[in-house]
Amino acid sequence: MKYFNLVWSNLKRRKLRSLLTVLSILVAFMLFGYLSAIRQGFNQGVSVAGANRLVVRHKVSIIQLLPESYQARLERIPGVNSAVHSTWFGGVYQKPSNFFAQMPVQPEQYLDMFPEIVLPDEQRKAWLATRSGAIAGKVLAERFGWKIGDRIPINATIWFKKDGGATWEFDLVGIYTGAEKNTDTSGFFFRYDFFEETRARGSGLVGWYTVRISDPGRAAETAAAIDKEFANSPAETKTEPEGAFIQGFANQVGNIGQIMMSIVAAVFFTILLVTGNTMAYSVRERTSELAALKAMGFSDRKVLGLVLGESMLLTCLGGGLGLVLAWLLISLGDPTRGSLPVFFFPVREMIIGVGLVLGMGLIAGILPALRAQHLQIADALRR
Amino acid sequence: MTAGNEVPGGEALGDEVLVKISGLGKSFKRGTETIQVLDKLDLEIPRGDFLALMGPSGSGKSTLLNLIGGLDRPSQGSIEVGGERIDQLSGSRLAAWRARHIGLVFQFYNLMPVLTAQRNVELPLLLTKLGRAQRRQHAALALDIVGLSQRSNHYPRQLSGGEQQRVGIARAIVADPTVLLCDEPTGDLDRKSGDEILNLLQALNREQGKTIVMVTHDHHAAERARRTLYLEKGQMSTEPVA
Amino acid sequence: MMSGLIAWFTQVAAVTRFNLLTLPQRVGSSVSAIFGITGVVAVMVGVLSIAQGILHTMQSSASPLNAIVLRSGANTEMMSGLDGESVKIIAQAPGVARNENGALASPELFVIINLPKRSTGTDANVPLRGVRENATAVRDSFRITSGRMFGWGTNEVMVGRGASLEFSGLELGSTVQVGSENWPVVGIFEAAGGIAESEIWVDAAVLQPAFRRGNSYQAVYAKLESSDAFTAFKDALTADPKLNVKPLREAEYYDSQATTLYNLITGLGTLIAVIMGLGATFGALNTMYTSVAARGREIATLRALGFRTVPVILSVLFESLLLALIGGIIGASLAWWAFDGFRAATLNWASFSQIAFAFEVTPALLVQGIVFALLIGLVGGMFPAVRAARQPVATALREL
Repeated sequence: MKYFNLVWSNLKRRKLRSLLTVLSILVAFMLFGYLSAIRQGFNQGVSVAGANRLVVRHKVSIIQLLPESYQARLERIPGVNSAVHSTWFGGVYQKPSNFFAQMPVQPEQYLDMFPEIVLPDEQRKAWLATRSGAIAGKVLAERFGWKIGDRIPINATIWFKKDGGATWEFDLVGIYTGAEKNTDTSGFFFRYDFFEETRARGSGLVGWYTVRISDPGRAAETAAAIDKEFANSPAETKTEPEGAFIQGFANQVGNIGQIMMSIVAAVFFTILLVTGNTMAYSVRERTSELAALKAMGFSDRKVLGLVLGESMLLTCLGGGLGLVLAWLLISLGDPTRGSLPVFFFPVREMIIGVGLVLGMGLIAGILPALRAQHLQIADALRR
Repeated sequence: MTAGNEVPGGEALGDEVLVKISGLGKSFKRGTETIQVLDKLDLEIPRGDFLALMGPSGSGKSTLLNLIGGLDRPSQGSIEVGGERIDQLSGSRLAAWRARHIGLVFQFYNLMPVLTAQRNVELPLLLTKLGRAQRRQHAALALDIVGLSQRSNHYPRQLSGGEQQRVGIARAIVADPTVLLCDEPTGDLDRKSGDEILNLLQALNREQGKTIVMVTHDHHAAERARRTLYLEKGQMSTEPVA
Repeated sequence: MMSGLIAWFTQVAAVTRFNLLTLPQRVGSSVSAIFGITGVVAVMVGVLSIAQGILHTMQSSASPLNAIVLRSGANTEMMSGLDGESVKIIAQAPGVARNENGALASPELFVIINLPKRSTGTDANVPLRGVRENATAVRDSFRITSGRMFGWGTNEVMVGRGASLEFSGLELGSTVQVGSENWPVVGIFEAAGGIAESEIWVDAAVLQPAFRRGNSYQAVYAKLESSDAFTAFKDALTADPKLNVKPLREAEYYDSQATTLYNLITGLGTLIAVIMGLGATFGALNTMYTSVAARGREIATLRALGFRTVPVILSVLFESLLLALIGGIIGASLAWWAFDGFRAATLNWASFSQIAFAFEVTPALLVQGIVFALLIGLVGGMFPAVRAARQPVATALREL
């Protein structure tokens, strides 16, 4: 509005100081944005977990296997629409640091259970037609430069082949993308029938099941019903919603969210000090100017508003640029190069960021602004 | 003692009393002491007057000026300007009144160093409902009146003392105030620049009918006014105290 | 020459003393710079102490006399598998130390179970190790701190100190539910802060049937006669046609496990510290420019009086470094007070289970933090100092 020029000019009073303050704020918000993306990467699965999916695993230990026969039994339980199984292959591609998840699955049913996995039709058909076929996620394929038609050798560490060998060879017949921005596309899936006929031991055993239920509102009851079905059997189950299952894993890494937020809080506290200090000095230096404004007829409230306006302009400039820079940095990709399944700037944090920009401007500027508001004209004009 | 309404110089001023002060008193607290700077003062200033206030430092002349301009509130008594009892106004209403009715010229100019001359003059207009183009027009006009149209885009640091004061005057008149209050307007200027300023003030008073109250310690400046009042220890007289 | 040097030093001291005396006037600005640096150092030391803590845990686990034997091709115990026959052969290999009971070789089984983690309330993977009698003999640092050893052939278990703190339901006297069985906790043990403290131990002979492992193990931990005996030990095992194994020094084994996690945390921590450091540098620059501007006239007067340029620069730098040092010390102390010894647990990718550790604020880290602070102080003071010295005296004197 019409006071903008006055506010902006006052910031130009000490260009260097304003610039340095803006830069400090910029760095803080850049860090905020970047850390949000990292945090999202760690917790990614939770938000995209299917609300209508449950995970059924061995009750005692995740590394214990479940019988293949459970699939049919699961589908007969009221409330369950369909069930698919997955197993952890745990192989090594070239060297252990090239870690990624590999899982044998039933192609048709798996794609049906996880509609967020988007595979072009002809690639799906190719997978169904190729016993040794495998599909890889876009992020994974880009990481190693794979193309459709490549032969991917993976060395087993758990599942050795019937012939005693360790090297399994797969044909890459498809590269899948994610339906949502935050869908994980770092996985590698191959056919369960190929797995079953090639593996030396553990025939008929699978890792865990994912079931789709008809009523997400009755998730707890359906989970209980599933566990009841297999209670007192050699392989008891523990069933929970997919989101909880994934969150459990994220929690095992640690309370990343808490750590990130503490760091960000420390940074913002510092920024408040820096900005508040700049504003305090700025007001102190021009008491006579502010008094002259009041003498001219600017009300106390208007003078308060002017100082607050300067504070907000500083934070908006720094914060706005910082958030934009964060976004740019984030679009450069995952800094850990593959450990994080997704890496993007969550919209929720963007909005929080904007709110923080405004909030900081207010808090940093309020004390100097109040001081300006209460300035006594006669005292201040006396030189 | 009260001051009279004599008008030395004899030009007819008309009957309208613009500023009416009765029983004015102002005291300040210094630590535990209370100092009475002004005491039971009466004063009438007719419209179109050019009044000089003189007196030794500490006599309260600046205080009186501040009170007339609504920059401070009296401890006792009443002040009426343009029919309005400003001692009964406060806060933002007083500020709004000031914006409308008072123009201020300071000894040390008090220009915003971060704004050009043009923008400095426009400042009081931000408080009005005028649009951007109109503000610019009025400011240009005011600068023209003080003879500084050529320097409208300069910053205060690029102007001489006299030029800065002229900008100050332009700023003071741009909103067409009822009263122009000047606190030692030539105090920081050399003789020549000071004379230019006084010429300007006189012109504003004679040609445009502006009512001016000027505090000064310079006799030469006071001579330019229509009348001079002397303030000593809170009391006013028409003659300087020996 | 000498008198020139002394005069020079006197000047520096005088100007510096003068600067510091006026410091109280610039409290607000100085405090904000100090806090900025405090924040950076505290965060940096805090995050890096996580990496140190994990490293410490790994390194404490390794004894220079010990070796681990895994199946050939396996990188971790989880992936490894050794049958009962192989285990017997390995125990007889040359170089293995012996006591009155025989070879000090401990065959061990490694699985994971789920238990709720105290800090999050959700389930996490706990390592469950099946051991035989030699397990404690092979680990020198093993000590039972409360309760007793579990009974052989029973369901009883012992819990490492770290695990008992991280998980619910692992206190002395409680029971762990494994499948349909209840396994009582009869003892808590320590192992010099090593990885064993994150584990639950039980008799391997009881664990095998519970997890349907027949007579198989995952690894053999062997104590060697001497550190040099490893070569003979390794050669004998790799040459044996009946075996298909991979012998490793314990130190090597744990090192490889620690590396990824350590690098990840250190990398992230350093990145964050650098970014924060940048912000703190801007804050410090701000403070020092303000400081210099506030004393512009005084500095110019000094120079007009004959004080040389360099002493002026040095005095400004000194002030900046002092502020940074204060900030660094406060930050380091804060990190030490808040974080050192703080117990936490995270996922050890190699074992896919929780590894308990304690944040470790080492003296080296503290020094690193303070050095970083001084670096910020240096950059923050350098530019304003040079500017103060370069400004023509006449201009500076006019500055109000």
